[in-house]
Amino acid sequence: MQKFSVFALARNALTGHRNWQRQWRSPEPQADYDVVIVGGGGHGLATAYYLAKEHGITNVVVLEKGWLGGGNTGRNTTIVRSNYLWDESARIYEHALKLWEGLSQDLNYNVMLSQRGVLNLAHNLGDVREGRRRVYANRLNGVDAEWLDADGVKAFCPIIDISPNARYPVMGATLQRRGGVARHDAVAWGFARAADARGVDIIQQCEVTGIRRAGGRVTGVETTRGFIGAKKVGIVAAGHTSVLASMADIRLPIESHPLQALVSEPIKPVHPCVVMSNAVHVYVSQSDKGELVIGAGIDGFLGYGQRGSFHIIESQMGALIELFPIFSRLRMMRSWGGIVDTCPDASPIICKTPVDGLYINGGWGTGGFKATPGSGWCFAHTIARDDPHPLNAPFNLDRFVTGALVDEHGAAAVAH
Amino acid sequence: MLLIDCPHCGPRPEIEFRYGGEAHIARPENPDALSDAEWADYLFMRRNTKGVFAERWMHAAGCRRWFNALRDTASYKILATYKAGEQPPATAGAED
Repeated sequence: MQKFSVFALARNALTGHRNWQRQWRSPEPQADYDVVIVGGGGHGLATAYYLAKEHGITNVVVLEKGWLGGGNTGRNTTIVRSNYLWDESARIYEHALKLWEGLSQDLNYNVMLSQRGVLNLAHNLGDVREGRRRVYANRLNGVDAEWLDADGVKAFCPIIDISPNARYPVMGATLQRRGGVARHDAVAWGFARAADARGVDIIQQCEVTGIRRAGGRVTGVETTRGFIGAKKVGIVAAGHTSVLASMADIRLPIESHPLQALVSEPIKPVHPCVVMSNAVHVYVSQSDKGELVIGAGIDGFLGYGQRGSFHIIESQMGALIELFPIFSRLRMMRSWGGIVDTCPDASPIICKTPVDGLYINGGWGTGGFKATPGSGWCFAHTIARDDPHPLNAPFNLDRFVTGALVDEHGAAAVAH
Repeated sequence: MLLIDCPHCGPRPEIEFRYGGEAHIARPENPDALSDAEWADYLFMRRNTKGVFAERWMHAAGCRRWFNALRDTASYKILATYKAGEQPPATAGAED
């Protein structure tokens, strides 16, 4: 791997930037691998990277049916935070945030992590109590958290309307200063490049169409480019988790829904942080290009179409203008949808399955991006050791039978 | 926005409806006899079909009655709607 540095930049400038290496190879698939990762998004590529880095397993292939990071990795609103209520969630998301904080150095790739702070607004007394409770819970788990009153919110984010006459007045907010945003495409590309450098094969435009098993054990995957043998297979395919699991006759508690986001025209820097509001339901930050990046809730119906309904955008815009009257004449440029796989308890599934050698990482719902490095790290451990790490052990399939759910609905600081 | 043909009221816009998820999940006849795994299957496990899917809708801003629809979850096209308690009509490509 050609190391990126200011010296490499200067050296390549002398030759007109014509001699940069490709960032990853595009090899022909081998007949078999130690590990096949199904899904070339951030989580899948991170899994491959940590398999190679932490566990020395490099005979690995990542199969992607489209292009790298073209699914939810490239469709989210890039928010990174770890202020979850329950111990299990706080641990795994905080682990992810700590990996984020060193990720650009680790990957030798600028993922543009910007820890500009995340506000979760409270609009009524219930929100205030929940928010303060979450601040205390976060601190007990070693997650940085602060409570701001309405004036504190105004000082931190001056463009927000805290007028008590608003339909849903801002009464305060939780603040995680270490939260922020990261460049989502760079996350996929950085993990791909670093995994490739450690010997991982990355095959794009190769869709998995079947999972072959013998005697209760996985033996490989059928793909659009032929059969690929594997000792172990990890499914990490976001919205299509159920589709892939059904190929191995595994039933999951997951429902896939469209989730939309949109960006405005680029404007000068006006919005210094990330603002999320559960009650009026919108979340917004400003990208380095100047566009406002705006997300909200899922469509109510089950869908795989990567597009949602217009009335969802309408209510999202209503919420935005409620909080930020300054944006009322801003034009929106683009909108798009992703498919999120939601779990009944709004927590992910990262676990072994009844099929030996088959592992599932999914159910991240609307909030998977922030977990990308932690998810890959835990999933790599689970695959390499055939045993979950204590961080992801609570996020098993068995919890739906035992009742040990990790219920982050609402508790996760955003409605799901 | 979907245009949904309520079997009682006729075609109405999606904002009048509430979604109810997978259809034809029968409540267990004898709940006392169920194992934990069977309860989990009834409560949580879902087909999550990509393709033609039988699902429930409720006409919240209309007749307030539940009914069923056959809809393609990839194209969002609604192939049929039918009243609660009825079996799905035989539609080309229907698998549920």
